[in-house]
Amino acid sequence: MSDKGFLHSLRTSQRRQRQIRLVLIYLVAIIAIAFALFPIIWIISASLNPANSLSSQKLIPDNASFVNYAKLLTDSEFSRIFPFKKWLFNSVKLAGITTLFSISITTMAAYSFSRFRFRGRENMLRGILLVQMFPNLLLMVAVFLLIQQIGGVIPVLSLNTHSALILVYLGGAMGINIWLMKGYFDSIPKDIDESAMVDGATHWQIFTRLLLPLMRPIIVVVAVLSFIFVYSDFIIARILLKTTEQYPLTVGLYIFTSGQFQQEWGVFAAGALMGALPIVIIYLVLQDQIAGGLTQGAVKG
Amino acid sequence: MTEPIDSTGRRKTTFTETMSTGSLLIRLILLAVVDALVVWFILGLVPRGSFILAVAVAIIAVIVNIVVLRANAGPLRWMIIGLVLMAMFAIYPILYTVYVSTTNYGFGHLLTKEQVTQQFESTKYLPEGKGAYTWTAYVSNDGDFALWLQDTQGQSYLAFPDQPISSVEPGQQGVGELDAEGIPSMIDGYQRLNRLAVVRYINDLGKLSFGSGDWIVQISSLDTASELEPQFSYDAARDVLTNQETGVEYKPSKGFFVSQSGERLTPGFQISVGFDNFIQFVKSPALQGPLVSITLWNFAFAFLSVAMTFSLGLFLAIIFSDTAIRGRKLIRTLLLIPYTIPSLITIMIWRGLLNPELGIVNQTLMSIFGWAPPWFTDPWWAKGAILLINLWLGFPYFMLICSGALTAISPELYDAAEVDGASIWQRFRHITLPMLLVAVGPLLVASFVFNFNNFNIIFLFIEGGPPIVGASTEAGYTDILISYVYNLAFAGGRGAQYGMAAAITIVVFIIVAALAMFQFRFTKMWEEVSENV
Repeated sequence: MSDKGFLHSLRTSQRRQRQIRLVLIYLVAIIAIAFALFPIIWIISASLNPANSLSSQKLIPDNASFVNYAKLLTDSEFSRIFPFKKWLFNSVKLAGITTLFSISITTMAAYSFSRFRFRGRENMLRGILLVQMFPNLLLMVAVFLLIQQIGGVIPVLSLNTHSALILVYLGGAMGINIWLMKGYFDSIPKDIDESAMVDGATHWQIFTRLLLPLMRPIIVVVAVLSFIFVYSDFIIARILLKTTEQYPLTVGLYIFTSGQFQQEWGVFAAGALMGALPIVIIYLVLQDQIAGGLTQGAVKG
Repeated sequence: MTEPIDSTGRRKTTFTETMSTGSLLIRLILLAVVDALVVWFILGLVPRGSFILAVAVAIIAVIVNIVVLRANAGPLRWMIIGLVLMAMFAIYPILYTVYVSTTNYGFGHLLTKEQVTQQFESTKYLPEGKGAYTWTAYVSNDGDFALWLQDTQGQSYLAFPDQPISSVEPGQQGVGELDAEGIPSMIDGYQRLNRLAVVRYINDLGKLSFGSGDWIVQISSLDTASELEPQFSYDAARDVLTNQETGVEYKPSKGFFVSQSGERLTPGFQISVGFDNFIQFVKSPALQGPLVSITLWNFAFAFLSVAMTFSLGLFLAIIFSDTAIRGRKLIRTLLLIPYTIPSLITIMIWRGLLNPELGIVNQTLMSIFGWAPPWFTDPWWAKGAILLINLWLGFPYFMLICSGALTAISPELYDAAEVDGASIWQRFRHITLPMLLVAVGPLLVASFVFNFNNFNIIFLFIEGGPPIVGASTEAGYTDILISYVYNLAFAGGRGAQYGMAAAITIVVFIIVAALAMFQFRFTKMWEEVSENV
């Protein structure tokens, strides 16, 4: 075999190898995508299938319609047992209020940690991080007993109230948010404060007028994180809340799955998709801001 | 504040605060209001037996007062609300968990010893054969009863259920004229019952207690009524509870009042049991069966979850790192979709998909192979299902992380390896994996910790089931420690066992803390944190 012929055959075999490899890769891609998307496609199909029951499922439903969505949102008979709109409202309310308080409280704390030097400051910062190491979930027994005891004296903070739940959420995520915010404050030069101080501004004025606007990116991040944290909590709400009317969406949907799941599969599918929607929207709309804020904040720890 | 210059030579901001008397006044008034509320709160906690919480609230309140009042505590005033919330809802629960883990707190032992003693002392009994009063009954149109009581000295009293007994003269409270025996013919709104009528009502009357507080009278025969006496008396000096009726003495033992003959009074009370819960955790044969298998599965579940999600994520990341692939970005975006949907919701969706009779997965398998796995009823298939769902939930995350980390590995390393004739496997084994692990290692540990306590997937998919038959406490084959804690405290058909639940929580604490330390060492994160404070 001549040199030329050898090179030629080597090249064709290389090309063939490469083609085989690409085909294999596309095959893997198709399988992986099918694995990743099939539950989602299936649930979308189920939500549009008026047949509703789990056994009468088809990938492309006959007479696709929004009847399952309508049942959740408008059927008053149905909503007496499964008050879906109330659950959705409760979830957004709990997440919204917690986020609002969390932001106000943690920005102030982070400002103080970043700008002032006081005795015990470093140990406090380390301690906050250490407390945060213990997953919230592990405290469920103690938190339940705590709220039970508090509620014995103060009815508005008793079991089955949203206010008690919000307090627990606030206490639980405080530490990590303070750290995120403090890191971002540290990245803002102190010269800004000092020149304002020379002009006679008080700390409060510096904080609210000068620094808060600059903190926007990290505030968005912390807001999104704490909104998602509360919105997708299951266990604390499950333990502290007792009546269907008070449930957030996650606990409500769970009641659904342990109840007449099989007969109401289509309605559950519609509810699950609508419940996921707020979070998916938040991710899609704010993804650049989230990524940006996180990396900027993370640079300084 | 004697640190005007820091290492960079710049002036540090020290806390200077000028305050007008007006705002100082507002601050003091607010503090006074808060303090008043705290005192009221503590006074409410103590009689309910919540001593530990009362002490914690008092300590926090004192600190708040110091911070608000001291002039140089300004920086702390900025964070006081956050710190109070953290102390109350993050730190206190940790300490309280430790405390509860050393008690028998739970069903049958919910109250303190003082509360239980009081409860026993307030129960009454009807002494036999001590007819202290003769009685006459009256009934209202609504079927309510009243009694006219006459004691041996000829004193007369009017008694209603759950109201204080009073001595009344005719004319007062609607009491009519007295007859020859000193009994009123009528009471306003009520009709006197004659002998015959009384027989009809005697069963109802016998169940009622007339009067309230210490002076309660019950009917003991057709003619006589007696004052109820406390069933138990507690002698604090000897720490003995005596049954007045029988004379039997009960002594506290292991959270119950127990008599000489071994008879126990319920309810029991809370006591400290030291390390008993932990010893039980390790030793008790009743608990041991499920606990050992739960702990082993807990580790296996966390390890396999991380290993599987990481492997698949890495595999896909490597495959799609080839820039020659068309539609690379689209493929990646499609694969990331599972990650954006809240996992709680997708777990519940999977619960429907894997439903053994009706779910699409089993229906499809059934029609092709004539057989499908019993996901919900067989322990091993249930575990497999959970790992499968967790793989679906977790692989996009590691794909994302790994593709980022892969681009950071210098291509020159691969070129050099190729020159040396290294095979694809050798290149992966000796270049890709070690380089990747440096970057991804801490995330693997974090993922392990997360999955170690991944309550949601276990609970929402199958509630820990299928149940272990014959386990002393409700437990299932897929239960992990944290879902077992939930069962003990909240789901048990046998009643809450907070003490044991807290003890297992502490065990999980320790495992998590050990992993966190390992992670710190891995990443030198603590040093970095310390530099940044």
